[in-house]
Amino acid sequence: MATASTAISHRRSPPKRWNLYVAAVAISLFILIPIYLIAVAAFTPRAVLNGFPKPLLPVAVSTDTMQAFLSSRGVGQSVVNSLLVGIITLVLSTVLGAPAGYALARFAFRGRDSFQLLILMTRAFPIAILAVPLTVTFINWNLYDTLWAVALVHTALALPTTVLITASVFVAVPVDLEEAALTLGCTPIGAFTRVAMPLALPGLAAASIFTFVLSWNEVFASVILTVQNRTLPAQVLTQLDNSPLAYKFAGGFALIVPALIFIFFIRRYLFNMWGRIVR
Amino acid sequence: MTSEAAATQVGPTVAAAPVARPRRRVITPYVLLAPTVLFLAVFFAWPMLQALVLAFQDASGAWSLAPIQRMTGDLNFSDSMRITLVFAAVVIPLQTVLALGMALLLMSGLRGAGVFLYLWAIPLGISDLASGVVWLSVFTDRGYINSILAGLGVSDTGFAFLSYENPISLFVCAAVAELWRATSIVMVILLSGLQVIPRDYGEAAEVFGATSWQRFRHVTLPLLRPSLQVALILRTILAFQVFAVVIALAGRQLPVLAEEAYHFYYDIRSPNVAAAYALLIMLLSLVFTAVYLRLLRVRDAELARR
Repeated sequence: MATASTAISHRRSPPKRWNLYVAAVAISLFILIPIYLIAVAAFTPRAVLNGFPKPLLPVAVSTDTMQAFLSSRGVGQSVVNSLLVGIITLVLSTVLGAPAGYALARFAFRGRDSFQLLILMTRAFPIAILAVPLTVTFINWNLYDTLWAVALVHTALALPTTVLITASVFVAVPVDLEEAALTLGCTPIGAFTRVAMPLALPGLAAASIFTFVLSWNEVFASVILTVQNRTLPAQVLTQLDNSPLAYKFAGGFALIVPALIFIFFIRRYLFNMWGRIVR
Repeated sequence: MTSEAAATQVGPTVAAAPVARPRRRVITPYVLLAPTVLFLAVFFAWPMLQALVLAFQDASGAWSLAPIQRMTGDLNFSDSMRITLVFAAVVIPLQTVLALGMALLLMSGLRGAGVFLYLWAIPLGISDLASGVVWLSVFTDRGYINSILAGLGVSDTGFAFLSYENPISLFVCAAVAELWRATSIVMVILLSGLQVIPRDYGEAAEVFGATSWQRFRHVTLPLLRPSLQVALILRTILAFQVFAVVIALAGRQLPVLAEEAYHFYYDIRSPNVAAAYALLIMLLSLVFTAVYLRLLRVRDAELARR
């Protein structure tokens, strides 16, 4: 990332620099080796995987384990469920949260501070835990054990961050452009959809991906709120006790893959999400 | 109050200059905020109250202390409380120091810092469950560490890292998995905090002969306080909810609070006791957030910027 590599003090003494590289490489290995090992485990034939000592290199590659996992009962459906919950969550949180983010970025209004405080408070709160009391509400609403129940809790989980990141995205879109559109005869809504929106789109996309990953990964609320309609993490979690290691490893790898892809796409926006928000 | 007056009150937040719109449109921001506020009222404020109600009712819906008594009287209660707190107390300081080191490394002008940043950010996308399973492949009886030990001839059968007979190693394995997964988020928060510290400050200190340790201790660290606060609050709240990592690696051999809530809800089918546990986790989170806010006090305006 450009900002990270350019904001450098060039005055440090050079002699000890190789120490820094050793440390950086060591940290990288600590992060990468377990990912490598789970990949090897997920693509090793069962006979080899059950052997001991296990080979550290992919001596025999096979997709048997992975295929067996994906075709075992409930897994295929749970992958579909996870995708659906993720999509509902990101649509809901964008539709609800983006207007709020826009308001924070563009308007000075009474109660703005209180609203920001509310958002920060919710972020500093164990929201997933709220799935437990919410079961009562969802049973009353006939939503218990549906994907909607899970998606609603995931939306509550993602919404504060969506508001903050969309605020930071819209702050970065020059307001002058919108005003120019207004003077040239656009309606406020037209100015928003035809000027601000296209400029904000990449940032909003990053926020959506973040929301999706959050939903894809969430397990506590999912496992509390569903019985039959499991998401993938809930499925893997509830099968942990009575499944062979090969199944667990394949499940672990399946859970990681989307994360690897998505983090690659949103890496430029990580700072918007977790760094300073509305300036 | 006019919107201009409100603007002065917001203080530094206003730096990004929300334009003062004509007053007739002053309703617009409220319309835009309404959906979020309503949603959070239903799915955040309401279940909080509901947890309070459930925890003080018996299964028939009558007011009762039974769920609380059942919780505190449970065999696993004090263990799960202690383990959750000790786990947070061990993991979070280690994570903070490691993350600070990683962030400073990235700021020190390494070549390829961008690549390192991407690699170190990968765990951001990895769930606690996946992390537990990944480290299960490493620590399980016939897993990779024991395979290495056997390959080196250190031990033929390996070491039972995840056995209930070795609670310390069980704890350490779960801590390693959490360090691996959740240090990235602390790093990203601290790194973004480091990047907004004006470089002149450090350079001024250098001119006056400060060593690099002194610059770090007296310039960088105090200015990083708001970011540290954000990171610590976020991590502590997540640590009190620690769940899937522990289940994947240890099952109920290492009881933690969220796991007990799940157990009471799912196995015992007692939503009331589960709600009591949920309430306890919320209270712990609130208390610790308050403590951090007090210890690492940042002016309100500064906090609102994060």
